[in-house]
Amino acid sequence: MNAPAILAENINTHYGRSHILRGVSFRVAPGETVSLLGRNGMGKTTLLRTLAGLVRPSSGSVRLNGNDVTGERASARSRAGLAIVPEGRGIFPNLTVAENLTFASRANRKGERPWPLDRVYTLFPRLAERRHHWGNELSGGEQQMLSIGRALMTSPSIILLDEATEGLAPKLRDEIWSTVKQITQSGIAAIIVDKNLNDLLALADRNTIMAKGEIVFDGPSAALRADEALIHRHLGV
Amino acid sequence: MDLALIQLLNGVQYGLLIFLAASGLTLVFGIMGVINLSHGSFYMLGAYCALTLTQFTGDIFLSLLLGVPLAFVFGVIIEWLFIRRLYDRDHLQQVLLTFALILIFNEAQKLLWGSHPHSVPVPGYLQGGFKISELLTYPYYRVAVAAFCVALALGMMFVIQKTRIGRVIRAGESNREMVEALGIDSRLLFRFVFAAGVALAATAGIVAAPLESVYPGIGEPILIISFVVVVIGGIGSIKGAFLGAILIGVADALGKVYFPAFSSSVVYALMAAVLIARPGGLFGRAA
Ligand SMILES: Nc1ncnc2c1ncn2[C@@H]1O[C@H](COP(=O)(O)OP(=O)(O)OP(=O)(O)O)[C@@H](O)[C@H]1O
Ligand SMILES: [Mg+2]
Repeated sequence: MNAPAILAENINTHYGRSHILRGVSFRVAPGETVSLLGRNGMGKTTLLRTLAGLVRPSSGSVRLNGNDVTGERASARSRAGLAIVPEGRGIFPNLTVAENLTFASRANRKGERPWPLDRVYTLFPRLAERRHHWGNELSGGEQQMLSIGRALMTSPSIILLDEATEGLAPKLRDEIWSTVKQITQSGIAAIIVDKNLNDLLALADRNTIMAKGEIVFDGPSAALRADEALIHRHLGV
Repeated sequence: MDLALIQLLNGVQYGLLIFLAASGLTLVFGIMGVINLSHGSFYMLGAYCALTLTQFTGDIFLSLLLGVPLAFVFGVIIEWLFIRRLYDRDHLQQVLLTFALILIFNEAQKLLWGSHPHSVPVPGYLQGGFKISELLTYPYYRVAVAAFCVALALGMMFVIQKTRIGRVIRAGESNREMVEALGIDSRLLFRFVFAAGVALAATAGIVAAPLESVYPGIGEPILIISFVVVVIGGIGSIKGAFLGAILIGVADALGKVYFPAFSSSVVYALMAAVLIARPGGLFGRAA
């Protein structure tokens, strides 16, 4: 029996006095792709940041591949196999593309490097072309690729993608999703936050919806697709 | 004319010293987000350290060799005791705590060394100077200090551009949180950066000691001028600190020759001019 890639139990997170996450439990099996949906301001980013250790929850526990990391800093969680591709991408503008990529290049706990630099360049040929450019000289789509490529180079077992296609043209969006598909098929578990319901339904093994800091739906794509009332209530415009 | 030349040389050399102090200040501010008012105190402690160590070693450069590692360790201790408590706090609390540190360091200085000025000898092999004209010479020691500062500046730029720790420092300037999220413990990065800043300020204080007398409060003008340099150069930029420091050094020195009545305002006028043209400083992020 493999431990879950991530297992969060009864998480409560506050920003100052506002109670954002209200008793969230979240589980991702090894290699599983889970979508996290919900309207603006419902707490999706806060959940990802809490899982990554960038925000401290006021209560609850987080386990990564069976190890309790509740008290660990973000850096320790990264070294334990969690990678985050944050909202806004987090590119270092004053590092070159190559420097951004190799910044945190490391082997996983088993000593393997499934995503060495040349494989990342094969996945994103545009990054190879622009390897000597500064991070802030890239287009939005290229920055997104760089952020994903940089995350892969940490040899993660789970990757958290927050609005990876935000602001991208449909063609670029499809390009990003097809690479994400290759990444998840390589065995990396994923939590994907995005606004494009149909893209996520096609990509995810399982879907979750968050509303006002709670998980209000958890199920397979077919079940969610069938429940129009639910979609309308929590995701409709 | 000769006087102006000498002032120009002094200005460049003063600017290079200021660079050492300002580079630490700009990194601590740019990477850690901490306003460190006590930065000038580390310059002062460097100067007094030079005084005491030179009494034992007899040579300012031996004192430098001993003093810099001591300053680094001292920086680690101060970070661990005080500064690390400031990272999640606002600027007002940072200013209050680091101002308190100034008071503490000043008292410690009085207890240990008293309030009389002292002088630190120039080593025998650097006595004398280059003859500029019949009447004027330019001291060897000043030239040596300038050369040392240039070498150190080049070394720092190499470290920042070409090494792994340099890459982490540059990344930390733009996005500390992402550095942490990618697996680098920012507590260690901050401790290193702070201690390096202390060591740089102390280095400036040590090599400056034989240039002027060592006296209480010697670090305070350095603190103020370093802040001016950080603002001119752009927060967090080593290149900016270098250019800003040279500009300030030269403006200050030439101001004394050509506008003696306003000499103390020349650097602030320069700062205002730079900020009007480039609000983020010469190498600042777009403001
Ligand atoms: N740093 C912060 N301080 C205070 N409140 C915050 C902070 N960040 C987010 N919030 C609030 O927390 C709530 C959840 O925000 P969060 O960013 O997690 O939502 P989200 O689901 O990711 O939204 P979006 O789809 O717009 O990205 C919102 O009400 C937001 O205003
Ligand atoms: Mg969000």
